[in-house]
Amino acid sequence: MSRNNVDLRIKEELCKGCRICVEFCPKKVLIMKNEKVKIDDIEKCIKCGLCELRCPDYAIYLGGNDNEKQ
Amino acid sequence: MTSKLIKDYFRTDKLPHIWCPGCGHGIMMRSVAQAIHNLGLDKDKVCIVSGIGCSSRAPGYMDFNTLHTTHGRALAFATGVKLARPELEVMVITGDGDCAAIGGNHLIHAARRNINITTIVFNNNIYGMTGGQYSPTTPTNEFGTTAPYGNIDKSFDIPELAGAAGATYTARGTAYHAKQLTKIVENGIKNKGFSLIEGISICPTYYGRKNRKGSIVDMMNWLKDNALDIKVASKLPEEKVKGKFLIGEFKNVTEPEYTEEYMKIIERFQKER
Repeated sequence: MSRNNVDLRIKEELCKGCRICVEFCPKKVLIMKNEKVKIDDIEKCIKCGLCELRCPDYAIYLGGNDNEKQ
Repeated sequence: MTSKLIKDYFRTDKLPHIWCPGCGHGIMMRSVAQAIHNLGLDKDKVCIVSGIGCSSRAPGYMDFNTLHTTHGRALAFATGVKLARPELEVMVITGDGDCAAIGGNHLIHAARRNINITTIVFNNNIYGMTGGQYSPTTPTNEFGTTAPYGNIDKSFDIPELAGAAGATYTARGTAYHAKQLTKIVENGIKNKGFSLIEGISICPTYYGRKNRKGSIVDMMNWLKDNALDIKVASKLPEEKVKGKFLIGEFKNVTEPEYTEEYMKIIERFQKER
């Protein structure tokens, strides 16, 4: 998967506000707002995918050309 | 829209799942799907069986041949599926209570037979669905709704139990170490025989609250700080290993597999006839 073709996406209706992605993001890209995850500073994102790996509710992921196309 | 893995391997119309915020089961269910994807298995050739409990809701969300059965009997149903259709990759997703208490006998006998089933135990140390009763893996002196003064029982080490009973592959992972869990589930599926993988989950709602384990993130950090890979542990002095729990592969051996031995007997008698 080429990292240039992907970007961080959030599916807000699936988020239960557990904060796991916010706390374990190595670059502190994410914040919580009204008990839902929000992107605070996308410029800092290194597209490592740790948020996607540990999201229990599949609400955040690296989407884009290769990861999302069916 | 959701990620390709979720779209390909889950019944997305059933999401969001019923698990509480921060429940480790969602992370581990994803790891299991990732392992199946990595091995390139045909979805129609995989059968996932479960019993009753929080963990056992998982196959409801997974888009394979799935079977949600009675409490503790997932391995009994899975044994039936495997013998009837040996070409299927049969997997069991079960919980600590379902596997080690109500289904304890099925577990040791499935392990003894070394039948080619991959069992993944989502261990949250408590009976979550029914309201936080203590389970066979609740640590000594910790609390549950049925242990208001502390649990006096010793807890089960499920991989050790299964390994001693005859399972040919045993391993442990955690919800925090999700990538490693994917790897050991892959190896468990590849093993021809009974594989038992214990995934240590977090239950912030019951276990966490009853035992004052802090927030969801605190519980994830506890997994991170207290899990020790068995390969690393063997090189460390004893005092650094004390109080931690081991993760990684514990047993990986090759022994005759049950369905193959069973088919050999059928073939032998068909020849003689």
